[in-house]
Amino acid sequence: MKTIYKSAKEAVEPIQDGMTLMVGGFGLVGIPEQLILALVEKGVKDLTIISNNCGIDDWGLGLLLKEKQIKKMIASYVGENKEFERQALSGELEVELTPQGTLAEKIRAGGAGIPAFFTPAGVGTEIADGKEIRVFNGKEYVLEESLTADFSLVRALKADTFGNLVYNKTAMNFNPMMAAAGNVTIAEAEEIVEVGQLDPGFIHTPSIYVQGLLQAEQEKRIERLTTR
Amino acid sequence: MTTANSRELIARRAEKEIANGDYVNLGIGMPTLVANYISPDKTVVLQSENGLLGIGPFPTEDEVDPDLINAGKETVTASIGAAYFDSAESFAMIRGGHIDVAILGGMEVSEKGDLANWMIPGKVIKGMGGAMDLVHGAKKIIVIMDHVSKKGEPKIKKQCDLPLTGKQVVNKIITERGLIEVTPDGLVLKEVFEGYTVQEIIDSTGADLKIDVNA
Repeated sequence: MKTIYKSAKEAVEPIQDGMTLMVGGFGLVGIPEQLILALVEKGVKDLTIISNNCGIDDWGLGLLLKEKQIKKMIASYVGENKEFERQALSGELEVELTPQGTLAEKIRAGGAGIPAFFTPAGVGTEIADGKEIRVFNGKEYVLEESLTADFSLVRALKADTFGNLVYNKTAMNFNPMMAAAGNVTIAEAEEIVEVGQLDPGFIHTPSIYVQGLLQAEQEKRIERLTTR
Repeated sequence: MTTANSRELIARRAEKEIANGDYVNLGIGMPTLVANYISPDKTVVLQSENGLLGIGPFPTEDEVDPDLINAGKETVTASIGAAYFDSAESFAMIRGGHIDVAILGGMEVSEKGDLANWMIPGKVIKGMGGAMDLVHGAKKIIVIMDHVSKKGEPKIKKQCDLPLTGKQVVNKIITERGLIEVTPDGLVLKEVFEGYTVQEIIDSTGADLKIDVNA
């Protein structure tokens, strides 16, 4: 049985200034909405955030940015956010842009006990500046170091009380790797069911990676509503 | 500047590069249009790097699911036979050489097939997203873009001036003017599109072109 928090506020209570957090999601899809709101309310600052994007101006990680709670952002695409642009240009915010596949693999490797790996992505570009290049089978690869975090905050469709997780459609994205790469992982689930109710053959994140659970309603804001 | 017509022409020509049974990744912007012209005679599976293999049509209003988007963050549907997976798996497909064709937009392409499409110095930095991974994974990398910039300057050059997305990665370039292959011997003009002459393409290209156009 894992800790099931009564509120998002209680779940983020141990998160302190200066910590490194991984936050799941691609755009606004699959973000742990209530845990982010609770971090804003708590006012914890100087955070290093690892997440593919940084939300939009008024939702998701954009809210933490607005309150200047982020010291450093590690992401692959941050083009949806005016305040991000302002803070990055003024030097208030440190930014480390990472190719999306490299970011995913850095996180996967971090959770899997692999300290670094070679990838072709970024070879011959400024991303590889200062990094070791090695040739395998006649092709150049760049050495990238893995990532871990003090806390990982992920969003699932369903959790059982053991902490097994199932994600919904493309809301899976970075969440499974982050769950494994966090020293402490808190999963915000739309629904928490009794252990035994999830089919063991269809678990996305096994419970071993999850330390705490929060059941919370999700607004699921849509960034680009596109219909036929 | 490409008009809507020339964008359609480019997209239709790019579609011919896709074979029946291919797994294809379409970049954001003009490449997305290619999906509209895929022949009903072909079974093609579109990959979306946020974790979907099998992008379906845009949803009807009733079908909209906020948890189901493409890499451009637009709401989509999943086609029959689709699969969802995490981002590490998604880029394993890409880097691992499992994608048959990737069609990407471009700002500049060099005569060696270097691609620049993610950043303009002095302008706002948005990030490269998955572009730097994609250019190393797919079996065939096709860049579709306007032949010249808004100022009328060549976008196909001896060397890229903009920061690179990848070095020696592009196989083919399709513009509103023609189709150019990147070969070990340099750029080869293979097709000239209606309304343009070989000379016009040579004059609007900033690198040497070998001509191999079947009349």
